[in-house]
Amino acid sequence: MAGVLFALGLIGLLVRRNIIFILLSIEIMLNAAGLAFIVAGARWAQPDGQVMFMFILAMAAAEVSVGLALVLGLQRLYKTLDTDAASEMKG
Amino acid sequence: MPWMFYLAGAVAVAATIMTITRLNAIHALLYFVVSLLAAAVVFYTLGAPFIAALEVIIYAGAIMVLFIFVVMMLNVGERAVAMERSWLPGGIWVGPAVLAAVLFAQVVYLVMRGPGPEYPRTVVGPKQVGLALYGPYLMGVELASMLLLAGLVAAYHLGWRRQPEQESKETHFDERRTAVGRSAVRAGTDRPAGAP
Repeated sequence: MAGVLFALGLIGLLVRRNIIFILLSIEIMLNAAGLAFIVAGARWAQPDGQVMFMFILAMAAAEVSVGLALVLGLQRLYKTLDTDAASEMKG
Repeated sequence: MPWMFYLAGAVAVAATIMTITRLNAIHALLYFVVSLLAAAVVFYTLGAPFIAALEVIIYAGAIMVLFIFVVMMLNVGERAVAMERSWLPGGIWVGPAVLAAVLFAQVVYLVMRGPGPEYPRTVVGPKQVGLALYGPYLMGVELASMLLLAGLVAAYHLGWRRQPEQESKETHFDERRTAVGRSAVRAGTDRPAGAP
């Protein structure tokens, strides 16, 4: 199930061009990884999996705050949410 | 209760599929919230009630509210109005409502059944998690706190820096767009009348 969720997040990341959906797909993949940690922790009855999930949670929170600030900046600058509009880097 | 695990897992996968196939961001967020709630039920059936509570509070609560806030901020002018009009006929909320009703039925079943021989596996409670978190993983906690601080500062910086120079930058963009002949009218109508 974690693999299925991770694959869905990856598909969403590759297919969509809207930056909101890309961030959402990253969230799906992080959640799937956390689910894998929880399942492993429950399998061996250790709390390490839950500790790792909390670290993933903190990382997701930081990533989402920075990512959404970047989304706002992108929208102010280009008036769109299409990520292809921001590919102006030459080289 | 393996059937609860599999039911919640099916709900999570279905909601995630609906998430990445929606065209509207708000609909996708609705389905993703349902997916997170289903994942919380999965965690509970796996014997991690503390993480289930954290999933609901932080993921479905805080992070999704952040997403919805940004999506609401990004909607501009008449496009949002047209979108709102397209929402009004209803029927869109049926999908998330059905999936959430399945989860709600599961929670009601758990509450009504009361304590009993519940878990197929051993429960790892919050006490053990806390002991492990502040025992061998103390350095990780400090690193996570520093990461959160860095994220806070970065988000503040990215959100704040464009405020003083926003006016000049927007006018530059408007002049450029006027040459292109696109969206200058809309940008003009967004301003209040007395604004420079």
